[in-house]
Amino acid sequence: MAVILTVENLKTQFRIEGGLVKAVDGISFHINEREIIGLVGESGCGKSVSMLSIMQLISTPPGEIVDGKVIFDGKDLLKLEAKGAEMRSIRGSKIAMIFQEPMTSLNPTLTICRQLTEMLELHLGMDSQASRKRGIELLKLVGISDAETRVDDYPHQFSGGMRQRVMIATALSCNPRILIADEPTTATDVTTQAQLLELMKDMVTRFNASLVIVTHNLGVVARYAQRIYVMYAGRIVESGNSKDIFGAPRHPYTIGLLKCVPRLDEALDRKLVPIPGMPPNLIRMPPNCAFLPRCQYHIERCMQEPWPELREVGNQHYVSCYINTQEKQ
Amino acid sequence: MTLVIFFIMRMLPGDPLRLYLSETQSLESMPPEAVAALRHEFGLDKPLILQYTSWIGGVFRGDFGTSIYYRESVGTLMLERYPITLHLGLLSFVISCILGVLLGLVQALRRGKWIDTSLTVLAYFGISIPTFWLGILLMYFLGLKLGLLPISGYTPPWENFWLSTRQVIMPVICMSVMGIAGTARQMRSSMLEVTRQDYIRTAWSKGLGERTIVYRHMLKNSLIPVVTLLGMFAPMILVGSVFAETVFAIPGVGRLMVSSIFGHDYVVVQSITLLVAAVVILCNLIVDISYGWLDPRIRYG
Amino acid sequence: MTQPSIAIKDFTVAPPRITSWQRFRRAFFSRWIVIIGLVILLVMMFTAIFAPWLAPYDPYKQDLSSPLLQPCKAHLLGTDGLGRDTLSRVIYGSRTALLIGFAVTGVAVIVGMVLGLCAGYFGGVVSMFIMRFIDALMSIPMILLALVIASVLGGGLKNVIIALSIGTICPYTRIMNGLVLSIKQNDYILAERAMGASDSRTMFSHILPNAFQPIIVMITMQLGFLILAEAGLSFLGIGIEPPFAAWGSMVNDGYQYLMTNPALSFAPGICIMLVVFAFNMVGDGLRDALDPRLRGMF
Repeated sequence: MAVILTVENLKTQFRIEGGLVKAVDGISFHINEREIIGLVGESGCGKSVSMLSIMQLISTPPGEIVDGKVIFDGKDLLKLEAKGAEMRSIRGSKIAMIFQEPMTSLNPTLTICRQLTEMLELHLGMDSQASRKRGIELLKLVGISDAETRVDDYPHQFSGGMRQRVMIATALSCNPRILIADEPTTATDVTTQAQLLELMKDMVTRFNASLVIVTHNLGVVARYAQRIYVMYAGRIVESGNSKDIFGAPRHPYTIGLLKCVPRLDEALDRKLVPIPGMPPNLIRMPPNCAFLPRCQYHIERCMQEPWPELREVGNQHYVSCYINTQEKQ
Repeated sequence: MTLVIFFIMRMLPGDPLRLYLSETQSLESMPPEAVAALRHEFGLDKPLILQYTSWIGGVFRGDFGTSIYYRESVGTLMLERYPITLHLGLLSFVISCILGVLLGLVQALRRGKWIDTSLTVLAYFGISIPTFWLGILLMYFLGLKLGLLPISGYTPPWENFWLSTRQVIMPVICMSVMGIAGTARQMRSSMLEVTRQDYIRTAWSKGLGERTIVYRHMLKNSLIPVVTLLGMFAPMILVGSVFAETVFAIPGVGRLMVSSIFGHDYVVVQSITLLVAAVVILCNLIVDISYGWLDPRIRYG
Repeated sequence: MTQPSIAIKDFTVAPPRITSWQRFRRAFFSRWIVIIGLVILLVMMFTAIFAPWLAPYDPYKQDLSSPLLQPCKAHLLGTDGLGRDTLSRVIYGSRTALLIGFAVTGVAVIVGMVLGLCAGYFGGVVSMFIMRFIDALMSIPMILLALVIASVLGGGLKNVIIALSIGTICPYTRIMNGLVLSIKQNDYILAERAMGASDSRTMFSHILPNAFQPIIVMITMQLGFLILAEAGLSFLGIGIEPPFAAWGSMVNDGYQYLMTNPALSFAPGICIMLVVFAFNMVGDGLRDALDPRLRGMF
């Protein structure tokens, strides 16, 4: 499979009243064609910020992308001007994004039609009639019934799940190569979640696009993602195929995460064990491994040496840890 | 509509009662026979309630009574002056809206830069300046010293357009300054509020350009709170016209109000007050309606 | 399996905590225009209090031998039509302005709060009466209302205060009424279960602390307008009249002599503007500092 996006050593920081927040502290990953990837981590670990950085949607007064490369279509996106024409032509038409809150992510004073067609008119140069037709098609595709009449409705007339579908339709309208879904199901109920995820998978297969699902919920990516990246405190701590991550997790954080989630293939009375402690304060990061205070496997080396680099422990399976946790289980 | 009438009914008890009281007090300076004659002529010797109800009845028939001072029907008086004040008022209103929105827009888009800070300070001065003093200031510099603009008088635009415009510039500036400043402030803050919204981030992620985002996505949403403010401008402009007309000697409703108050011409005062209240209520209604146009949630919600 | 032997707090230190008073101070003083406003206000209050010592002449003393003088060494701002020193009158004018501002605010707030409390507490017909009356009052712009009332009562300091107060009570009444209503809804349920008589006391103990913030905010918004309104009234001739030194009427006096002695109108006018500006600035600063949502906006 060909690689379509490569991120190298991305670093994004925010300057706030209390200091400098290193939201993303040097992450590298890649996305292949027609693949579904999961980016998993707690709230505040930097996953959303990393995605926003790729699209250069970080608001620059407090935030700043300080290092790294994002290679897409042979170009480094970070070298492009954030508001410039080239970057704008990529956003929406080559890389699209949908957000967490369907309630507030759609403009309440514009019709769905307008919000769908503006991308088509902008990137594909369609006229208003053609774009309206296409918009209705897209709505039907994502499962909105009565698309012809509903296309002129306003966002507040749709339910949350339907709004998310509209967002998906909008995002895919210009056939992007990559669709980034930032916590797409966090704000919806469980049944809608399942429907939306299935829909997203269908859509990207149909459009031959890749999908990045950003979430804090491992269960969401378990079924769909082929590869998974686990993030903690602004860095990637484990990455690999989903089989390996779920079957043989290596990083203590991943192991801890899996212990929090019930699984179908285990005993009913297994206790759910939360990870002790709190996520770190991103302003005062220690030089060594950030997971150390909450890690139950730690050894002397973890305290003394800096944050471990990613090392290969299996086929395409990387871990940022000094310990061989396999032995300890 | 019935609501409007009801509101007016509620308002009236306050004013006429006090005015009636004053009337009986102030006429003591005149010789007693004249007083008695006047009283009879204007029906003041009937008991208060009757006066009130007969006046109300008159109002609904379109008859506002007769002015004591001018000896003309109040209706005629007002008709003469009303268009003048309307002319000034509308101009001020339109200018306030347009300039205010534009300035607020500029401020929000160039937030923190030099132009934003200076406009903010100007806006603060704008709402602090007394209308009449501004009038005097303008009159002095532009009228007397530099002789650029006439300092008083009024001609309707259809008589002499150029002269009329020149006469109108200074009073309109006076009357609109507060409006411009207030609108710009509100526009700026609501634009900044809108910028932080999620749907603007969505719009950016679609690859839209800054101009499209501002005009298509931000404007409508920002204007909603601004419109509320604009609804409050009608009374403000009316008040402003009282001052502006006095300073620039323009024969409009405002001037009439002031002179009637001094002359204790209570009929006129009452009628004007009624009119003002009606205008205010009308403006509020218009504001409510325009909400529906701007914010679809209210239309269908 | 070993427990983490490193204390978590070594790495997860929370940012230093600051008290709400410090936060208020920081937010309030963070904008330089607010500070300028505050300085202007302090200067004005100083002038008002120490007027007798600061003013070179008695503001009421007429000197008919030297009317309408241009600004000169003896009279820094010239004299008015009756020979009174303009500078002294301007200085004394600050007293009037402040006096009116505070007096009207005081009266309006108290009356407004009482009315609002009554409306909310008693409910029913009383409430309807009061609130309808307030609605009616609100549909007439404040200055106009004050104008009419003041003209009815006649001019003079006392009547001006009354007139302006009546115009200003509306927002306070509304605030109090709304507050009482919302608390009534909450506490009624509790009161039914509690020992009967305590409901009125709990209401009051809830209301007053909550009322503090919106009332202060409203006061700051109104003060500037009040001063403008008073100036306007005096300018039109209703309100404070000479020989009293009030900026509005001074502008009116000077209006006649605009060609020859512009200073007569300009000086008091500038003062009005500066003071209103200062009140508005400080009011805004206070509002922003007290509003929890705006924290971190600077």
